Amino acid sequence: MFDIACYEEAQSVEHAIELMLAKPKARLIAGGTDLLLHIREGKLPDAELISLHDLTELKGIELEQDGTIVIKPVTTFSEVSSHPLIKQHLPFLGEAVDTVGGPQTRHAGTIGGNICNGATSADSASTLFALNAQLQIAGPSGIRVSSILDFYKGPGKVNLAAGEILTAIRISSENYRGFGGHYIKFAMRNAMDIATLGCSVICKVRDGNIIDDFRLALGVAAPTPMRCFKSESAVNGQPFSEELLLKTGQLAITEVNPRTSWRASKEYRLKLVEELSKRAFREAYQKAGGL
Amino acid sequence: MQTKKITFTVNGREVTLEVDIRESLLETLRNRLQLIGTKKGCGVGECGACTVLIDGETIDTCIYLAVWADGKEIRTIEGEAVDGKLSKAQQAMLDEGAVQCGFCTPGFVMSITSMVESGKQYTREEIKKEISGNMCRCTGYQNIVNAAERALK
Repeated sequence: MFDIACYEEAQSVEHAIELMLAKPKARLIAGGTDLLLHIREGKLPDAELISLHDLTELKGIELEQDGTIVIKPVTTFSEVSSHPLIKQHLPFLGEAVDTVGGPQTRHAGTIGGNICNGATSADSASTLFALNAQLQIAGPSGIRVSSILDFYKGPGKVNLAAGEILTAIRISSENYRGFGGHYIKFAMRNAMDIATLGCSVICKVRDGNIIDDFRLALGVAAPTPMRCFKSESAVNGQPFSEELLLKTGQLAITEVNPRTSWRASKEYRLKLVEELSKRAFREAYQKAGGL
Repeated sequence: MQTKKITFTVNGREVTLEVDIRESLLETLRNRLQLIGTKKGCGVGECGACTVLIDGETIDTCIYLAVWADGKEIRTIEGEAVDGKLSKAQQAMLDEGAVQCGFCTPGFVMSITSMVESGKQYTREEIKKEISGNMCRCTGYQNIVNAAERALK
C-alpha cells in the first residue's frame, strides 16, 4: 500500500486545474515511475494525487500545418521513440528517451513527467533544450507558452504556478528541419541507470563542412539542464575539424557547474563534459550530412 | 479509506473489484486475485519480478496503481500455459535451462513473450536491451538470452 490520502482522476485539463486549485497540496501523477517511488520512500506523507494516467487529451504526437511537432506530455517514452513522426523528424530525441531505465519504465514513464519533476538528469531534457522546445502551460488564467530554457528554477523545481499544468511540448520546424543530432547518456550501466552526465548536440551543416546553428545541451552538468551558448557561438560558421572539436570541449567546461555526488565527482563530470561534447558533436555532424 | 470500483480482464477473464486507491496492481493480483506467480522483488520498478503485460506492454506492477487497471487487458504468468501446454517463451526457458531459483522467471517470461508477439526480429544485443528491466541473481543471464533467441526463432 502506498501512503496516499486522496486520489482523484482528472477528466480533462480544465478538471485537472479545478482539482489543483481545490487541493493546493495535491501532486499531478502520470506514469508514476518517479512519484510513486517518492511516496514509497516516505517523502510525501499522506500524498494527495491527481491522476492524468488515462487522460487521452494529453497523449499523442501531432504534426501541425506549419511543421510544428506537438508532443503531448502524457505520452510514454516508448510511445515517443516508436512514433513515426519522431522517427522521421527527431530520431535523436527518440534515441534519447530510449535510454531511460528499462523497457517497463519506458512503457509507463512519460516525457512530461520527465521534464516536470525538474531533474537535471532527465534523458529527454537536454535534447529538448537543444531543440528550443516551447512548453504550453494551461492554468486558471488561461494558456501561456514558455521556452524550456526558462522552465527550470532549480533542482526538482520548475516554473509551474498553483493550478498550472503542462499541456504540450512544441518543437517548431526551424528548430529541427535540416538538423542532425546525437545524445549520449553516460552512466555506470548500459540500462536501468540514471545519467552521470547527459550530452545532446544538434547542428546543421552547409557547404559540405561549415557548421551552422550548433547547439550543445547538457544534463547533470549543473543543477538544471543547460545550454552552452558560448561554445555554440564559437562553433557556428566554422569548418568542422579535429581542432574545432577540441575547442568545443574546452569551452564547454568553462560554462558548466557540475557537483560532486555519490555517482561521480565534479572533476570527473568536467572530464565527461569535455569528452562527451566532442563525441556527440562528431556524431551529430555526420548525421547532419557533414563530410 | 477511499476505494474505486474497477473492471479489467486478467488472462481473458473479466474481473470487477472494489480496490483501495493505495493499492498497487501487484498487491491486487497477489492478494486479491491469488495470482501469486507475479513476484514482488524490489518494489521500486528496477528488478522486473512483478512484470505483467498490460494491453500488450510490459509493466512493473509494483509501481502501477491498481485503479489504473480499469478497462485494461492484463496478462500474468498464470495465463501463459494453455491446457497444460507451455507457451513458446516458457518452453524455451525450460529447454535452455534458463531457470535456477525461479523467482525472476515469471517476469522474464512476460518480457520474452512481448518480444515473441511483437513479430520483430531481435539481435542478441537487442534481446539484452529488451530484458534489461528484468534482473536475475542466479543464472548470469546467458541461458535466459539463449532462451529468448530460441523463442524468437
